[in-house]
Amino acid sequence: MEAIKIENLTKKYKDVVAVDGLCLTVFGGELFALLGVNGAGKTTTIKMLSCLTAPTSGDAFLMGYSVSKQAASVKSLIAVSPQETAVAPALTVQENLRLMCGVHGIGGDKQNAKIKELTNSLGLEGVINRKAGKLSGGYKRRLSIAMALISEPKILFLDEPTLGLDVLARSELWDIVRSLKGKITIILTTHYMEEAEALADRIGIMGEGKLLVVGAAQEIKDAAHAESLEQAFVTIVKGGVK
Amino acid sequence: MKMLTFANRNAKEILRDPLNLCFGIGFPVVLILLLSAIQASIPVSLFEIERLAPGIAVFGGSFMTLFSATIISKDRQSSLLQRLYTTPLRPIDFILGYTLPMLPIAIAQSVICYAVAIILGLKLSVNLLYAIAFTVPIAVFFVALGLLFGSVLNDKQVGGICGALLTNLSAWLSGTWFDLQLVGGAFKDIAYALPFVHAVEMERAVVVGNFLAAIPHLWWVLGYATIALVAAVLLFLRQMKRQ
Repeated sequence: MEAIKIENLTKKYKDVVAVDGLCLTVFGGELFALLGVNGAGKTTTIKMLSCLTAPTSGDAFLMGYSVSKQAASVKSLIAVSPQETAVAPALTVQENLRLMCGVHGIGGDKQNAKIKELTNSLGLEGVINRKAGKLSGGYKRRLSIAMALISEPKILFLDEPTLGLDVLARSELWDIVRSLKGKITIILTTHYMEEAEALADRIGIMGEGKLLVVGAAQEIKDAAHAESLEQAFVTIVKGGVK
Repeated sequence: MKMLTFANRNAKEILRDPLNLCFGIGFPVVLILLLSAIQASIPVSLFEIERLAPGIAVFGGSFMTLFSATIISKDRQSSLLQRLYTTPLRPIDFILGYTLPMLPIAIAQSVICYAVAIILGLKLSVNLLYAIAFTVPIAVFFVALGLLFGSVLNDKQVGGICGALLTNLSAWLSGTWFDLQLVGGAFKDIAYALPFVHAVEMERAVVVGNFLAAIPHLWWVLGYATIALVAAVLLFLRQMKRQ
């Protein structure tokens, strides 16, 4: 089943083409990683797919709904965990989760059950009454993902979820992301090759707004005649593979 | 329901910051106490409580701009707003959610200000209730300015523009600290073209029960509040679209 179908998606800012004619299909339950250097167009792509910014041309369909014409329907299906942690710092972990329940119209017993379920599954029980602004980077990221999962999204966008985390916190977050695989469709952007290789079913490499290559990690390495994904990435971005 | 959840969060975020409480509530109270102490020690009428309290009540309102601009600016920078833009919240929910919690805070601030003034000798009368009610359009003006600045500035710029520049402007051009007639000239003309002195003179008139004298000043305040609110909504929607 196609969860996301992107057709010639383009975003221009004055003279700069941030995303250039992107075409891609992501299947239901798949974890798709978008790799690319800074300015490659990853975040702009996610912003267009999550209806935060309008495409200049082209369109994308999430579970059949157009991001250009059916933004409200798309928003009811998705959740975003942005590059920054995007939490309310003076609110406790529990209050942050209640905020997200409230804005999604989840109240009463369902709200309590949802918060209990997410704090358990993301290991937030021990910090539930701590203010979000006082949490470590790893816990802030967990909270950020928990806030995104409140609405039971069909599609989850994780924009560089492990940026700035130490090795242990990153490994723990990988386990959380792995636990979501197959249950929802995940689009993950990252700078870390090992992260994409460890988590993603398929990887897309972007450069200068274009999708340069798509495939499983091994397929990309084979295409670039490289031993590691990092080598393959460098070769592809420098134009060594067409 | 969704808007109220967001508004509730914003109120908590502001009230849990001890600096906000210090500046929003504490600073105006300290000013009233200090200037009243000065008045008690000098032979001329410079800071009589009937004229001082309305001025401080208006000056305190300028902190509402700082509070609302800071929270919006930080929400933009932390991407919390970006996250919330992908939820079912509508643009009107964001605007009301940021504006409404500020109004009870502003009213509470003016209640405290007049309560301290009563302790210092301001005559207790029903007019004070009207004076507190008349702070609502002033609060709307200051909160709208906060929405406007928070939509375009980062939190450091907000600190400079709203925390330093606006509070000083609203103080110097309000006629609270000195009589603008004595300065005269362009300074007085500029002051009377802005809403701060009108807000103070409106409050002063209401405190003594001279409602007819308050009406012309009320129009100035309402006019500026409307312009600020419209500009704020347009700029907020613009930054929302620019996401």
